[in-house]
Amino acid sequence: MEHEQFTWVSLIPFLKNLPPHVSNAIMVSIILLVIVVLAYRQLKRPEDDLVPSARFSFRNLMELIVEALSNLVNETMGPSGAKFMLIIGTLALFILFNNLSGLVPGFSPATDNVNTTFACSLTVFFMTHVFGFREHGVKYLKHFVFINPSWPWPANVLLSIILCPIELIGHFARPLSLGLRLFGNITGDHLVTTIFFSLVPFLVPLPIMFLGLFVCFVQAFVFILLSMVYFSGAIAHEEH
Amino acid sequence: MKKFFTVLLLIGIFFGLSCTIALASEAAAEKAALDPSVKQMIAIAAGFGIAIAAFGGALGQSRGVAAALDGIARNPGASGKITTPMILGLALIESLVIYAFVVSLMLVFKL
Repeated sequence: MEHEQFTWVSLIPFLKNLPPHVSNAIMVSIILLVIVVLAYRQLKRPEDDLVPSARFSFRNLMELIVEALSNLVNETMGPSGAKFMLIIGTLALFILFNNLSGLVPGFSPATDNVNTTFACSLTVFFMTHVFGFREHGVKYLKHFVFINPSWPWPANVLLSIILCPIELIGHFARPLSLGLRLFGNITGDHLVTTIFFSLVPFLVPLPIMFLGLFVCFVQAFVFILLSMVYFSGAIAHEEH
Repeated sequence: MKKFFTVLLLIGIFFGLSCTIALASEAAAEKAALDPSVKQMIAIAAGFGIAIAAFGGALGQSRGVAAALDGIARNPGASGKITTPMILGLALIESLVIYAFVVSLMLVFKL
């Protein structure tokens, strides 16, 4: 179903010729950059270091977001969680803001397109292996192979030959499922909202938009939670 | 001052990369005309696919929510710790329904 809509990016002459998901992603990234730069400058004010201000201010909001993310990362990844904060935080804020921009009239969410979501999930896939190799060295490949020292070696080799394709398929299914899940949820939600708007434009789409708000948060949360599970699976040490 | 220029340089690189990659033109795809009988099968398949997936997904999610509510009823203080894994489990079950939905979408757009 083709529908022509007004988008804010059509007002910017340079971005108009790009595909819609790219131009919307650029616009959301610029908004994120502005917010982050403004928040960073708040860090330099020394007077509110120990006691947070009582009213709802911009600094409190930023502290809330960063603290929630940091608690989530530390809770899931354990003591070595700080080095994952960069990629998890970036992915979380990028996906969250792109999802939420779909609810604002005039923006189309960049995660509406398979390209964006698969870019995010392929990043997670590659970083899994980078972290695994960095932690274990070449022995990271032992994850794919079945080795039991008490059995004779032909049994180990046979089981490895059977196990290795299954492990590989499981590994490749991860970025596929991550990307498809995010894409399907956001596209489906956008489509349902559009259909409801074309049916009864007045008050009925409101519950659907509440559902859309909920879905945006939950999908970003599930994405980064699963990414952290994959990371911790790659750097896990065997404990007997 | 140096930081300002570093930030400006990074923004410039980001812009340049994204615009050069995105400006690579894509060829327009053409829709081939399909047999009417093929169209019928596509329509039936798209409708039934998502219906069966929604049915199965609803059953699975209802079991999950019922178990979570049982747990909260036994121990109301742990409701925060039960709710988070419940939401995660619901999203994972729903993702299977979403895969079927994506296939239905692809079929409908092929009509």
